[in-house]
Amino acid sequence: MSEGYEQSPSPSDVGFQLVTRRGLIVGAAAVAGVGLLAACGDDKDSGSTTPGTDGGTETTAAGGTDTTAAPSGDAVTVGVNEAEGTKPYDGAKAGLDATGVPYKGNFVDHNSFQDNITSYLQQPDDLFTWFAGYRMRFFAEKGLAGDISGVWENLPDFTEGFKTASTGNDGKQYLVPTSYYPWAVHYRKSLFEEKGYTVPTNKDELLALATKMQADGLVPFAYANDGKWPVQGTFDILNMRLNGYQFHVDLLAGKEDWTGEKVKAVFALWTTLLPFHQENPNGRTWQEAATALESKEAGMYYLGTFVSSNSTDQAYLDDLDFFNFPELDPAIGATALDAPIDGFMMAGEPKNAEGAMAMLTAIGSLEFIDAVNAVNPSAVPANSKFDASKFTAIQAKSAELVGSAEFIAQFLDRDTSPDFVSNVIADAFANFHADPTSIDSILSDIETQKSQYL
Amino acid sequence: MSAQLTVVQRPSRSRRFSRVFLYVFLTFMAIVWLVPVGSAIYAAFRPYAETQKYGIFSMPKALTLQNFKDAWTQSNMTRTFQNTAFIVIPSIVLILFFSSTMAFAVSRFSWRFNVALLLLFTAGNLLPAQVIFQPLFQMFKATPWPDLLSDTNTGSLLGTKIAVIIVHVAFQTGFCTFVLSNYMKTIPKELGEAALVDGASTSRQFFQIIMPLCRPVLAALATLEFTWLYNDFFWAVVLLNQGDQRPITSSIANLGGQFFSNDNLIAAASMIVAMPTLIVYLMLQRQFISGLTLGANKG
Amino acid sequence: MTAPVQTTATPPQGRRRRRRYSQLSRGDKITLWLMAGIPTLIHVVFVWVPAFMTIALSFTKWDGLKLGTWKPVGFANYWAVFTVFDGKFFPALFNNIILLVFLSLCSIIGVLFAYLLDKNIRGSAIYQSIFYMPVVLSLAIVGFIWKSVMYSPRQGLFNVVLGRTGQGNQIDWVGNSEKIFTFNIPGLDTSLGLTKNFAAILVAMAWRHIGYVMVLYLAGLKSVDPAMREAAAIDGCNEWQAFRRVIFPVMKPINVVVFVITVIEALRAFDIIFALKSPPGTKVLGVLVRDNLVGEGGGQVGLGSAYGVVLLLLCLGFIIWYLINNYRETET
Repeated sequence: MSEGYEQSPSPSDVGFQLVTRRGLIVGAAAVAGVGLLAACGDDKDSGSTTPGTDGGTETTAAGGTDTTAAPSGDAVTVGVNEAEGTKPYDGAKAGLDATGVPYKGNFVDHNSFQDNITSYLQQPDDLFTWFAGYRMRFFAEKGLAGDISGVWENLPDFTEGFKTASTGNDGKQYLVPTSYYPWAVHYRKSLFEEKGYTVPTNKDELLALATKMQADGLVPFAYANDGKWPVQGTFDILNMRLNGYQFHVDLLAGKEDWTGEKVKAVFALWTTLLPFHQENPNGRTWQEAATALESKEAGMYYLGTFVSSNSTDQAYLDDLDFFNFPELDPAIGATALDAPIDGFMMAGEPKNAEGAMAMLTAIGSLEFIDAVNAVNPSAVPANSKFDASKFTAIQAKSAELVGSAEFIAQFLDRDTSPDFVSNVIADAFANFHADPTSIDSILSDIETQKSQYL
Repeated sequence: MSAQLTVVQRPSRSRRFSRVFLYVFLTFMAIVWLVPVGSAIYAAFRPYAETQKYGIFSMPKALTLQNFKDAWTQSNMTRTFQNTAFIVIPSIVLILFFSSTMAFAVSRFSWRFNVALLLLFTAGNLLPAQVIFQPLFQMFKATPWPDLLSDTNTGSLLGTKIAVIIVHVAFQTGFCTFVLSNYMKTIPKELGEAALVDGASTSRQFFQIIMPLCRPVLAALATLEFTWLYNDFFWAVVLLNQGDQRPITSSIANLGGQFFSNDNLIAAASMIVAMPTLIVYLMLQRQFISGLTLGANKG
Repeated sequence: MTAPVQTTATPPQGRRRRRRYSQLSRGDKITLWLMAGIPTLIHVVFVWVPAFMTIALSFTKWDGLKLGTWKPVGFANYWAVFTVFDGKFFPALFNNIILLVFLSLCSIIGVLFAYLLDKNIRGSAIYQSIFYMPVVLSLAIVGFIWKSVMYSPRQGLFNVVLGRTGQGNQIDWVGNSEKIFTFNIPGLDTSLGLTKNFAAILVAMAWRHIGYVMVLYLAGLKSVDPAMREAAAIDGCNEWQAFRRVIFPVMKPINVVVFVITVIEALRAFDIIFALKSPPGTKVLGVLVRDNLVGEGGGQVGLGSAYGVVLLLLCLGFIIWYLINNYRETET
């Protein structure tokens, strides 16, 4: 029962199945892959420049509370976007307990927490769960997040890529990452074997595969758009494959023209691909589409790796696999992908700054993520020291995929102004799917309306 | 009417037929009305593994109560019900009290401001909550509140359940005043006059004469208000930022995790959450109808 | 009624309907002021003050995060509502108008149900409870029932009964924003019309609204003097004539209330649409207000307030008309 614009899933919420003996991979390769997480891309560049407010922690007291460090012994308050009684909650709680820092948890269900974040941040806990990307930098600039560069000096376990993803526009860090998951094309190995399909590596192979699947009576791509966020993933990947990562980031930052040729090319390609997708996505939930993949009605599904959490059938989960979305333009290749990163941030004016920093340091340590993963092996831990032998097959492969990626985007609704997404983009994309021929007027509307937000 | 002019009406065939048709029609409509809720109840009793494969409306292989148990524990309904009670009951008491005093003052004594005040209240009640939420939010944030009286120690009114109570009182008083003043206008003036002549003060008049007479409409309003306040989701979520302060309506949200949204679980939770309002309505049904007469004419 | 013992201050009986304020004792006056004053104060402070602040905010650009960081922009927000966002605003307004027509029809049905239930039926209370039950349910539950149980493409009741649950054969009740009819207003880019999914939502709204109106009307019907009906029957009126000429006019206060409620519900509609996550084509003004003011995308306080003010003016204009009508009558 979400309120308002539904957010794309966050890694800590992903409900992977517990590790089975069959799923273990002793991943030397996986470890190496994670270590290779290169530059997460130009985080410093995007984002609007909102004048007026100071960045960092020197915010003026606007009728708020004192920021004197509370005497040690005061519990650190932590806001978590998981409701009690869910598995991600258990995981988060286990992790926080493992830090050894006394804390008081404030657990609110996923959607309510995110939906009311602006209200929440006016009276936040000392620490709260949030994500990397534009949203993080947005709050940092408004002074709602605390500068934790000091903590980062004591976090040796994260690669440069994660550090960049946790950095705000002013070069200071604001986030301690915990986990992430990639978006990729999922399929059932048994189905591919049965029908003799092979994993496509470029545009021609992809189209050929889709055509073959159609001829075989399958729907090539499962597809859903309930909540209005899922198709943003498709837009992201098509845009990054056709126009490159930098253009994508700039477009979302408002620096490129939505009515220009490049964007039109994306939608033109999308229109030709739509017949290969399940029709009428606007009323279908991603869970229903995932079920179609499971029941072999659909051949593939481009979604985040949380797609597996929809099923409890172990045989299916062992059969599930994914591949990176193939390149569409040889000049650009397939080195960019969406991989949202979750983490913890500190409030702009925490009551217990000392305790909060101590807790953040603990969160960045191996003990934390070990404890979390033992209960809820969700997504892939961002900590590079994490023992890869504990990965599930999907986790290991995700780590490898993201590790070898050159550019990592955070998914559309985290890479741009949240107002812009929920008020303009979400509806625009949904309208596009209702009537692909109206794309020109949709794009010109986006272009005129974006100046209100970016 | 003095002479009893009885019109003998023998139930003619057409009359009986139309009577039967009436029952058939009403029963049919009642069934149609029940289908949505009935379906949800059906879903609540079925295990998730089954419905995930075969859909909600397949023939049942097994029925279970597990969903209800899970719904209760997973969303910690004990605590959320307590929160709801803490918010709803004082709110209703205060709302009814304030609207009664207001309606009394306005309807039984002719004032210059009479009409203006009523206009103020009725119009104010029509403002949608979302429109005025921002300024209200800031107002609460700026109001210092001692930790002693607050269960969340936020230092201001914001985040306390008391803020939610205040908002409810402010919003609902308008409607109740309107209904009560209409009702009070129909109470014969002579009763009031008699009391005054006997030397009763205004407050005695109010408490001992008028209020007892208003029992039906108060019961009706209590039922209505209970439904509305109990089902309120907006104010609770916006003003209460601590998860353990939130009322029962957020339980359903708690269960609808983004992943694994188990429809059967949510259906079970919905049934549990709907119980109190249904029970209250059924118990007070008779007073509800009679109390809502809004002072409409007696002939 | 006994004739009261005469004291000096008693007004002549029967002529003066109310006690004069000036004739009350001091203690009584204070009590009255408190009785009226405290509720008024609460109401003004917590409802009207924020309302005026919202109106003021609609002339600013503000992200809602820190007090004092707003920038006055004059009528820019209103301009944006009517031009930049005209593709959202006018279809939303049109949906509200559709609601107005539709809910009026529902109210008529509700009145019909009330009339039928008033005829000394056995089990009337049961019927009443059944029809009123949707009103008593929380909107989260209503949204859930209609979205996941009734309208779900794969396993919803409608598709199961129609046998259309297979891939490619499903009816997309909630997502299908194809318009049933469209027309164009000159000067407006987007065409206006009723979308299929909005029509589906209307069904859910009818489910709730009819019971609501029914109960209100039934309350009124029960207070109609049975002598009047007998008189009408004796005069040879058939049922329809009796209703139209005798009962309906006598129910005037209730009629007005039902009318007002219908209009207000139509203008302020929000809950059910929101519970279904406002799919494309189903937006109404209430949703537009909310999108800009609340939620993670709620950083457009100025714009949202402008939407809110427009909505407020629509409601107010109507309310003022109604109240003037109503109170002018009762005062005479």
